[in-house]
Amino acid sequence: METGTVNSDIIREENLVYRKSRVLTDNIMHYCPGCGHGTTHRIIAEVIEELDIQEEVIGIAPVGCSVLAYNYLDIDMQEAAHGRAPALATAIKRLMPSKYVFTYQGDGDLAAIGTSETIHSANRGENITIVFINNGIYGMTGGQMAPTTLEGMKSSTSPYGREVSLMGHPLKITDLVARLPGSYFVTRQAVHTPANVRKTKKAIRTAFELQREKKGMTFVEVLSNCNSGWKMTPVQANKWMVENMFPFFPLGDIKVNGELVSK
Amino acid sequence: MTEEIIIAGFGGQGVLSMGKILAYSGIMQDQEVSWMPSYGPEMRGGTANVTVILSDERISSPILTSYDTAIILNQQSMDKFEPTVKPGGLLLYDPNGILRHPERKDINIYRINANQEAVRIGLTKIFNMIVLGGFLSIKPLVKFENVILGLKKSLPDRYHHLIPDNEKAIRRGFEIVEPVNVLNR
Amino acid sequence: MKKELRLMKGNEAIAEAAIRAGCDGYFGYPITPQSEVLEYLMAEKPHERTGMVVLQAESEVASINMVYGGAACGKKVMTSSSSPGISLMQEGLSYIAGAELPCLVVNVVRGGPGLGTIQPSQSDYFQAVKGGGHGDYKLIVLAPSSVQEMYDFVGLAFELAFKYRNPAMILSDGAIGQMMEKVELDDPRPRWTDEEIVRISPWATTGKPAGRERNIITSLELDPAKQEKLNLKLQEKYRKLEKEEQRFEKFFCDDAEYAFMAFGTSSRICLKAIQLARAKGIRVGMLRPITLYPFPVDAVKEMAGKVRGILVVEMNAGQMIEDVRMIVEGKVKVEHYGRFGGIIPSPEEVELALEQIIIGG
Repeated sequence: METGTVNSDIIREENLVYRKSRVLTDNIMHYCPGCGHGTTHRIIAEVIEELDIQEEVIGIAPVGCSVLAYNYLDIDMQEAAHGRAPALATAIKRLMPSKYVFTYQGDGDLAAIGTSETIHSANRGENITIVFINNGIYGMTGGQMAPTTLEGMKSSTSPYGREVSLMGHPLKITDLVARLPGSYFVTRQAVHTPANVRKTKKAIRTAFELQREKKGMTFVEVLSNCNSGWKMTPVQANKWMVENMFPFFPLGDIKVNGELVSK
Repeated sequence: MTEEIIIAGFGGQGVLSMGKILAYSGIMQDQEVSWMPSYGPEMRGGTANVTVILSDERISSPILTSYDTAIILNQQSMDKFEPTVKPGGLLLYDPNGILRHPERKDINIYRINANQEAVRIGLTKIFNMIVLGGFLSIKPLVKFENVILGLKKSLPDRYHHLIPDNEKAIRRGFEIVEPVNVLNR
Repeated sequence: MKKELRLMKGNEAIAEAAIRAGCDGYFGYPITPQSEVLEYLMAEKPHERTGMVVLQAESEVASINMVYGGAACGKKVMTSSSSPGISLMQEGLSYIAGAELPCLVVNVVRGGPGLGTIQPSQSDYFQAVKGGGHGDYKLIVLAPSSVQEMYDFVGLAFELAFKYRNPAMILSDGAIGQMMEKVELDDPRPRWTDEEIVRISPWATTGKPAGRERNIITSLELDPAKQEKLNLKLQEKYRKLEKEEQRFEKFFCDDAEYAFMAFGTSSRICLKAIQLARAKGIRVGMLRPITLYPFPVDAVKEMAGKVRGILVVEMNAGQMIEDVRMIVEGKVKVEHYGRFGGIIPSPEEVELALEQIIIGG
């Protein structure tokens, strides 16, 4: 757009409906349109900006679609080996206890290859925040079956649908984490509607705030579609997610203030 | 001076700690020392042995196949280490539980009834110090005061009240060691 | 002033050296024959002595990745393990080398392959000096031959690691880890302050202040042209290491007609074998590499021009000999004598091997 076509009269603070967080870089995100990663990145950036902790945060990117998360968040970041982000975070937090340390991980990274690091860092009660993006599939490598792939769900390595007798059950790792004494705040959210985005943002903010209180691990699962991996349009994918993933992975807080939320 | 020593017996007899005290005593008089244990599952109740080297020079191999001195506290160790004593070397043993006594004629052999004595004087836990005393009376490699310093260094503070007993045991060892076969010099 | 002397196990010396070198964090997992490192650290309460973090991780995989996280913050961090555990760490080490992070990894080698034995061995030479994990990278590898060197090399390893932004390894073995010798302790150095860390390692992820670009620690570069450049930068660093950091020790080389080459425990055995051989009138010396990477190439070349034969003695099936032969280029006879699977050769058999394989062979 040429600047000459903009009506400069309307560029006023009171007319502002959205401003990109200064904690986001100007790099164009590589995520597929409609994917939850971009939204979740934005939320994290906004929370860091609102808490005014940009200088105090160290983030850890996983291996998966969000492997390049450090290109988008304007904070110091480390890139971990597949599944190992909680190990990095453990050391960083213990060596620099006054910092805010978070990992950003997908379901293959966190719930398959990194299960041990996830469970043990939670069980030790590490004062870190884990943001866990669950889209039920390995996105980056081209749509293979993940530990979270639903029963009957098709993927490139379960082309006829996940058959439990052959491939095992989908793993509710967040519920496992919630049952460990070292976790303090565990929640499952989504980012497919503005209302859900607001809830997710509140959850991530809560998680960061609790780090200061050294209460233990805070863990925010964010359900997302993977429209390209699921071979759907973004709109279809969100609908499919609501209809199929939400019943198995219900949204809401699972553990608050160190206590399991009774259903 | 370089003295290469093997101390061998059952786990629990204080073989390793005797070696440690001896090595620490060497440090107290500015010697080079090494202490190389056998390690692994056999330590758990089986045989235990440790190679201790005291020297005025840089120590070469900490692991050896022949020794100036063998201190032997059980039959298995007797069978294994009697042949490894260098001709003219020393074999010191406690006859308690020994069925086949040492037979070599080309080495100096001494006997110390440390087990029996430890029971008699009520110091069974530090029977190894009686053996150490016996050894030092034959080969005074380290001065007595340095042994006491070595003891203090190798025992945790909470056991320091036992040092007088240890000292007593070492002195008793000096008295009760008996020659079996002594070569003419 | 006379320094403090202590009788210590090699593994304990590593731990005490770490505390005194101002190490910020140790992350480890028990495995024989090196568990004393973690045990000693836990007993010493370094969090009270210096503020050092000590954590028993859930696996060697987690340990090395904790080291990665800490190293990326500019902290002096380390781990230790023995052969099977070091194998598990190879992925992490490759990432650490790729991201150019300084750290220390101690390998108290036991015999392999597989679960192998808990007895000492030198069979991880290839793994240590050739990279070990995936990709073109090198570790700085120091081979101590005494408990004093176990102690001294901790400080040296950190110094080199930070100088070159490269992981360093102390390649020891079960014998040096388990034996006790006299150790001269130096005065503790304080841990670096936050300000010092920012000055020494401006690349570290310590939190992005206003006015500096964000620091990113990664080994990922998807553009092959850029990835090649990163690789070339690493190679340039390795050439510099090879030029400047070769370390070795010579024994009885002045009049030597033959030579042993051995590192670590084997070099101690060879030293005794030299005494035995010289008592028989055989003029033999020894070149003992202290840095296994960078390998003391120049010293080997020089020695090869002076002796009639070299016997490489290793507690493995013949690993370092490949490097020696490559350097010597057939100009002089180079043969191997090795015992493996946890067997330590005796000085007598090594001396006999010299006579049979090199002199009489």
